[in-house]
Amino acid sequence: MILRGKAWKFGDDISTDHIAPGRYFHLRSNLPELAKHVLEDAREDFKDKVQEGDIVVAGRNFGLGSSREHAPRIIKLRGVSCVIAKSFARIFFRNAINIGLPVLETDTDKIDEGDELEVDLENGVIRNLTKGIELRFEPIPPFMLKIINEGGIEEYVKKHGDLKIE
Amino acid sequence: MKGTLAQKLIGEHVGREVKPGEFVIAKVDVAMVQDGTGPLSVRVLQRLGLEKVFDPKHCILFLDHASPSPRKELSNDHMLLREFSRKTGATVSEIGQGVCHQRLIETFVKPGDLVVGADSHTCTSGALGAFATGMGSTDVALAMALGKVWLRAPQTIKVVFTGEMPPGVFAKDLILYFIGMIGADGATYKALEYTGDTIANMPLHERAVLSNMAVEAGAKAGLIATDEKTREFLAEHGRESDFREIKPDEDAEYERVIEIDVTKIEPQVACPHTVDNTKPVTEVLGTKVNQVVIGTCTNGRLEDLRVAAQIVKGKRVADSVRFLVVPASRKVYMDALADGTIQTLVESGATILPPGCGPCVGVHQGVLGDGEVVLSTQNRNFKGRMGNPKGLIYLASPATAAATALKGEIDDPRKYF
Repeated sequence: MILRGKAWKFGDDISTDHIAPGRYFHLRSNLPELAKHVLEDAREDFKDKVQEGDIVVAGRNFGLGSSREHAPRIIKLRGVSCVIAKSFARIFFRNAINIGLPVLETDTDKIDEGDELEVDLENGVIRNLTKGIELRFEPIPPFMLKIINEGGIEEYVKKHGDLKIE
Repeated sequence: MKGTLAQKLIGEHVGREVKPGEFVIAKVDVAMVQDGTGPLSVRVLQRLGLEKVFDPKHCILFLDHASPSPRKELSNDHMLLREFSRKTGATVSEIGQGVCHQRLIETFVKPGDLVVGADSHTCTSGALGAFATGMGSTDVALAMALGKVWLRAPQTIKVVFTGEMPPGVFAKDLILYFIGMIGADGATYKALEYTGDTIANMPLHERAVLSNMAVEAGAKAGLIATDEKTREFLAEHGRESDFREIKPDEDAEYERVIEIDVTKIEPQVACPHTVDNTKPVTEVLGTKVNQVVIGTCTNGRLEDLRVAAQIVKGKRVADSVRFLVVPASRKVYMDALADGTIQTLVESGATILPPGCGPCVGVHQGVLGDGEVVLSTQNRNFKGRMGNPKGLIYLASPATAAATALKGEIDDPRKYF
């Protein structure tokens, strides 16, 4: 799968409270409404200007904090094609895989705001088309890649009728 | 099974030895959601046509985050969860019964269990020698319906605490110190195993604080071997027969070992806006606060309320401070009523909130105004956590919180011990 989009830069330690703030707790059963506030407490301009296919690029420990799956879901719902960070918090990483949002770890210092990126998931390559450089990321383990490619764990279970590793 | 606590506990639920890094499907003993995560789980199961649970007694829906509900949307979420319970038999823990993690250790989890919860602080039950970890709504939905979950077996960091706890220093100070040292991502993807003579002498309500905050270092679990203290705790809750010996092998392989001499640790405070931004209390003395909160799944237990009561007894908290106390469960509340703890706290000026998550999640019951400062015994101080991104959150022990409430500014609790 090849993804292509424009980079939006974020810093270190972007928590799930930045992504899906607790004051919108009552919108959790209304994801399209909640998605209007995505990443609002990290930077205000993102939620209104993000375009289909755009890529969230961050520093260390992206998605730390609560287990709220709403966080990756509203990022995906706003059209973001993948999240690239120096590192991810565990539960966010797992949730993102489960809902079919690719999450990739690489040195994001080599990506600037607005850079055009092309991501080759299978081969572990991010091409920074603006800068003309290639970055590599640790390939996603096969079991996780399978979940992503099948559209998330829900679709995976629907298709296989069970939760199993083949 | 061989190896670390994580390897042994996961191995038992896979039916064979497991190596760190391996992907496995493991059998689940307890699965839980709460009112912020559960509605999404229910909808996943509805879409899949899998509205069932593998074990009604051990699939639990906790109504604790919005408890009681402050808005119609959340009341409707509660209705959805109650309806799921009627259809499937899943257990509901109603509003007022308490925070999920406290209720899990009091009632539902036993040593050796594998516990998954759609709440990041599910790791609290690691204090009982259970492999307990937080996940998302979909994972736990599938675990409830199918009784299993996919896991990547983690590496383990062994954390050895040694020495006698200084007066006025608590498990909360130890874990804040540790997180400050290792960083908010210092244990990402890994299990922590807490051990050492300090832990051997530590009662379970304090061990639960260490396990609860494992996730604040990024860890998947915060595990503690079982012993007589575990047995005592289970006996106090009328279920000594649930005790089982769970311990790691002596030759277990750890990713690394970190030793901490607790005799040198001062009371700690985590400053805004990250949990690893910790300082000794002596470096933040005099910081003015508008609100003090004692409660939550981290520090809302009977002993926490008692320590606070001991400090404020016969005194009044500062006029400038709103002093909120949230018992972690109905049992804690009843016990604190029976022994006079609640009376002492109320006489000092405390407002007692119903058992539940209280103001920690920013939903209700004590949301901060712009620029306001709170010192809380909870586990997180992220920007916006308590409902206002313009609020400032400091984290500390119940003793530091009580001392701070009296003074109206951050204070060192050691003078009271």
